[in-house]
Amino acid sequence: MMASSYSAKEEDGHHSGAPGPGGVNAKSRKPDNTAFKQQRLPAWQPILTAGTVLPAFFIIGLLFIPIGIGLYVTSNNIKEYEIDYTGVDMSSPCFNCSQNYSWNSTKPCTCSVAFSLDQPFESNVFMYYGLSNYYQNHRRYVKSRDDSQLNGNLNSLKDPSKECEPYRTNDGLPIAPCGAIANSLFNDTLELYYNDPNGTKIPIRLVKTGIAWWTDKHVKFRNPVGDGSNLSAVFQGTTKPVNWQKYVYQLDTDPDNNGFINEDLIVWMRTAALPTFRKLYRIIEKQGDATPTLPRGNYTLLITYNYPVRSFEGRKRMILSTISWMGGKNPFLGIAYITVGSVCFFLGVVLLIIHHKYGSRSNNADIAS
Amino acid sequence: MLFPVSPPPPGEVVCEPPNNKLDRFVGTLTWKNNKYPLDNEKLLLRGCVMRNTEWCFGLVVFTGPQTKLMQNCGRTAFKRTSIERLMNTLVLWIFGFLLCMGVILAIGNSIWEEKVGGKFRVYLLWDEVLNDAIFSGFLTFWSYIIILNTVVPISLYVSVEVIRLGHSYFINWDRRMYYRRRDMAAEARTTTLNEELGQVEYIFSDKTGTLTQNIMVFNKCSINGRTYGDVYDEFGHKVEITEKSPSVDFSFNPLRDKKFRFHDHSLVEAVKLGDPAVEEFFRVLALCHTVMPEEKNEGELVYQAQSPDEGALVTAARNFGFVFRARTPETITLYEMGKHSTYQLLAILDFNNIRKRMSVIVRNPKGQIKLYSKGADTILFDRLAPSTEDLMYTTSEHLNEFAGEGLRTLALAYKDLEEDVFAEWMVRLHEASTALENREERLALLYEEIEQDMTLLGATAIEDKLQEGVAETIACLTLASIKIWVLTGDKLETAMNIGYSCNMLRDEMSDVFVITGHTALEVQQQLRTAKEKILGPTREIVNGEKDAEKMDLYRNDSVFEETITSEYALIINGHSLAHALEADLERLLLDTACLCKTVICCRVTPLQKAQVVDLVKRHKRAVTLAIGDGANDVSMIKTAHIGVGISGQEGMQAVLASDYSFAQFRYLQRLLLVHGRWSYLRMCRFLCYFFYKNFAFTLVHFWFGFFCGFSAQTVYDQWFITLFNIVYTSLPVLAMGLFDQDVNEQNSLRHPKLYELGQLNVLFNKRQFFMCTLHGIYTSFVLFFIPYGAFSSNVRDDGSHIADQQSFAVTIATSLVIVVSVQIGLDTNYWTAVNHFYVWGSLTIYFCILFAMHSNGIFTIFPSHFPFLGTARNTLTQTGVWLVILLTTTVCVMPVLVVRFLRTDLYPTMTDKVRHTQQASRRQRPQEQNLKRVRRTSSRRSAYAFSHQEGYGELITSGRNMKVAVPVFSLLRKRGDPATGTTVVAWSSGSGTRESENTQGQ
Repeated sequence: MMASSYSAKEEDGHHSGAPGPGGVNAKSRKPDNTAFKQQRLPAWQPILTAGTVLPAFFIIGLLFIPIGIGLYVTSNNIKEYEIDYTGVDMSSPCFNCSQNYSWNSTKPCTCSVAFSLDQPFESNVFMYYGLSNYYQNHRRYVKSRDDSQLNGNLNSLKDPSKECEPYRTNDGLPIAPCGAIANSLFNDTLELYYNDPNGTKIPIRLVKTGIAWWTDKHVKFRNPVGDGSNLSAVFQGTTKPVNWQKYVYQLDTDPDNNGFINEDLIVWMRTAALPTFRKLYRIIEKQGDATPTLPRGNYTLLITYNYPVRSFEGRKRMILSTISWMGGKNPFLGIAYITVGSVCFFLGVVLLIIHHKYGSRSNNADIAS
Repeated sequence: MLFPVSPPPPGEVVCEPPNNKLDRFVGTLTWKNNKYPLDNEKLLLRGCVMRNTEWCFGLVVFTGPQTKLMQNCGRTAFKRTSIERLMNTLVLWIFGFLLCMGVILAIGNSIWEEKVGGKFRVYLLWDEVLNDAIFSGFLTFWSYIIILNTVVPISLYVSVEVIRLGHSYFINWDRRMYYRRRDMAAEARTTTLNEELGQVEYIFSDKTGTLTQNIMVFNKCSINGRTYGDVYDEFGHKVEITEKSPSVDFSFNPLRDKKFRFHDHSLVEAVKLGDPAVEEFFRVLALCHTVMPEEKNEGELVYQAQSPDEGALVTAARNFGFVFRARTPETITLYEMGKHSTYQLLAILDFNNIRKRMSVIVRNPKGQIKLYSKGADTILFDRLAPSTEDLMYTTSEHLNEFAGEGLRTLALAYKDLEEDVFAEWMVRLHEASTALENREERLALLYEEIEQDMTLLGATAIEDKLQEGVAETIACLTLASIKIWVLTGDKLETAMNIGYSCNMLRDEMSDVFVITGHTALEVQQQLRTAKEKILGPTREIVNGEKDAEKMDLYRNDSVFEETITSEYALIINGHSLAHALEADLERLLLDTACLCKTVICCRVTPLQKAQVVDLVKRHKRAVTLAIGDGANDVSMIKTAHIGVGISGQEGMQAVLASDYSFAQFRYLQRLLLVHGRWSYLRMCRFLCYFFYKNFAFTLVHFWFGFFCGFSAQTVYDQWFITLFNIVYTSLPVLAMGLFDQDVNEQNSLRHPKLYELGQLNVLFNKRQFFMCTLHGIYTSFVLFFIPYGAFSSNVRDDGSHIADQQSFAVTIATSLVIVVSVQIGLDTNYWTAVNHFYVWGSLTIYFCILFAMHSNGIFTIFPSHFPFLGTARNTLTQTGVWLVILLTTTVCVMPVLVVRFLRTDLYPTMTDKVRHTQQASRRQRPQEQNLKRVRRTSSRRSAYAFSHQEGYGELITSGRNMKVAVPVFSLLRKRGDPATGTTVVAWSSGSGTRESENTQGQ
């Protein structure tokens, strides 16, 4: 995008005949005649000219607009369905659950939200839970974890890092997993039912593995290795986080998804960058080519309401979404690309006009020396 | 005062305490119960050289810092560049800005804790110490000060020093500032002032040894209406005389001075043919002078002349076969074309300032009495016999020609005297010389009487050899809007002469004001007249005091100064300068001087030199540079912003006190226009970029603060914060700071106007700084908000989430590194291999380190230190992330591109134009067009060339100095040895001829 040419700068031009008396002498203080020392290194000297800048703008414009359109179309083709089940309104089904909240209540509060999909979701459907106004990126929250402990280090298991305070120990026992992040693990249970037109509720199979990054699941998070294979034995001498109802080794029955390598925990532990975020909860896999993953029709979302958010005006959402090559539904990027592309193109035109009308094309002529 | 040759007996000296007055000394020597007064005449200053003196006794009175010269030196002040001062101010501002951001975020934190955080406590308990929102805000303030501290560029200072060091090395390495004859390369003796070299507005130059070589050369002559000295080729065209031109072979003359060079053969032929006029011409040169010969071995003549001019003339006569061999009080022995001839010296009518001529009356071997005279043409032409009028006109033309070439001219004449007339005159002379009253006047009258009706012989032209390329350099620097003031210890005439020959004074100048007042009032009057005269044509003169006030209004107005179209010159004498430098007159002096194109101060003391420099330094916001070679320049070298020492024959003091040193004045052009300009440019570009980079990097935290509850959470990985300034971005900008060139050196020299950029300080000032920081703030804004928009609901292409903090950090960090790399690419004008290596290398290193630190291996070893495991892999494999990075980079760079393009397209600066031509011409290279040699077109004649006061004719005739068998000389002490520098009271065996070199600029 720049006019350029390579050239070594011309020769010294100062060699006057034979070397002087000191010239031959090895001890001469005459500086070496190297391109580096004489600042004559060959160099590329780009200049911003109309010939380089204007095409650059047009190219950027012509490149960005199609990208933007592509992104926008892709994003629009993604099907997404979102339900806010916080239960703020009196009318909402989870209003009651959201009202009588207690961490220790033994009897879970459940509520169900009915919804219908107008269009079928064809490919794999991803089920997210979304939280708003939730500061997972707060400094004190972010640091409140012990990666060493989560990596299965036995010392850290028994003696968690100071960063976990005040969720480091409980009743003298170390907490596993320690820290505020783990303590606030999202513990609503979401179940999805398809309301068959004939009246039966068919539960939809929700896959709970494969929702975390491979590196997290296999490298970053590991269960401590004890004498036996029994997880509960390994976690002997630790206690559960304060807000939890279960111990960490009771999170799942599948040994590959239990303890620290429980994927719900792993997903939660990867803290979100912004106060409004969504996290992958379950995957609904496509069953066969014949039927869509989620056909058109009525559905019921059954929520075991455990996670209080009303105190800080937070919101809870359930999102069903398909994905594309560029990820989930995200109109911003497409629009941004179209905008920037158009602006570039427009600027290119404006600059071209300015250059033709007012530009100083007689650059070389009038150098006063 | 003569003492027998014996060890000096004990005695006592009582004298004044050390002071800086060079022209007086009061003391008494008590020795063998006798008291001898000691005054200035008996004092040798440090650095003086005794000549014509075999031995002498000296007594060291003051040593080291007590010597009068050192007392004149002034304090050594720590020198800093204006950019550095500005930089310090800006760093303070940035610090203030940092505090402001801290306060804003702290307040935000307090509000957040109050409104949101308190309710969020179900998930995020407060630490025990934290129990109240205000306190939380207070702690947050300090946290943010720590997080945002990267906006105060600590590494800037280190980088600046590295760049300056590099620039200093480039100066040391420059072959074009290497002087082969003395095997001397330029040396940057300090590394702190380089960029100021690109901003110099005033140059204060010493004359002797700096502008001139202090060598007088007999260059041309006009004898009986014919000029000699020019060489013509076979077609009758004048040939430029260079080092290589064949010179005349003087081998016929066994007593010749082998170093003497003359290129015109016709003069030797004329001598050999025995042309009477030519013979008489050289006879004058050989007889009419006060030079002392010394012949240690047969044929090895050494002349000791009071002034180099005289030496040059006598040497010329010697080579042309009229060898001045020996002198006694009554005789002068010549060796004329191989024959000994002894002239009886009857009288010496010595030189003085008023007479501007010198004559001798001799009786030649034939018994004729002759008066030989040499002197300023204007004086001598009035005293010629009317019969020689034609010759006078021809000679006058020749003199104009000589003067036009900047040569110092003398006219020569002779007169035959009748025996009886002379005898009668001699009687009267004797009477007059013994008279008690009005002796001087009576003698002058008698001299005047006899020096009449002379016959003109011709004229000589002596070249006060300028250093090579001085006139060109001065012309070039003048084009670069640098004002050059000459401060010299020389006499007014000499100084003016040099002024003309190096093109500082020109005939086309409207007026040359010479200020020579002896009282403050006179000086004021003269300065005021000069000022009014300058301002007169452009402004209506209003009378009275109001006028002065009005003038005051305008005096700082540079625009007004520029409206003065005609050129003026100001020449001011030392004693006038003393008055003019008083507090009440200095403004007037400065204003007047600044209105003039050329300023020459003559007969100034070292301290005055410093005062003049200081005056300009204090009142003009301009960078001053002082250049000199001797100990007498030390004070001004130290006072000026930049001191340059010429390492010549004058010893090392100037060099030791200087910031830069080299061997020839002409290198100054290169030092300023090439190295200085580049240094300034590079430093400014570097600073702009550095501030931009730090703002872009740091302020992302500020924006993020609004989304993370003002909790002082960093956006980036800790490792990235640590390495960003040191590893990822330091080298490309360093390479730019070291190697960048907007235009190449040839064009820098060819277009001195480019230098004005630095003088006006347009490349880095407060405005530029604001632009840089705004640019940085904009960049940080884009860097944060585009990923913010894109990530708010984004997921990976496998459905797992990507809007987590670590991915966000990696995306922003990658964008940042790419954006600043693109920016440095746009800022770099001169892409050497090193630049390429550093820019691409930095990007590569960034990705290498990124992936290394996010790798499994390093996490397994230090799990708690590298929590970003796998982020790079999972993030940078996503197309969406790269689209975000591309978009961010484009949006950051696009406005810069637009602004730069519009600026160069609509309002191209000189630099842009030169760059364009440079690029265009690089294709159809190379017609090396050097600056054309500046031809002097002056018709001004120099006055009597001798630069000294009274000659010592009296001494010669009195014969006092002849009593020692062989008049010889001694070197009292080595010159200019700083360690042993002393002031010495000396009694010499010889005539005590003394060169107060240091006081009067030799």
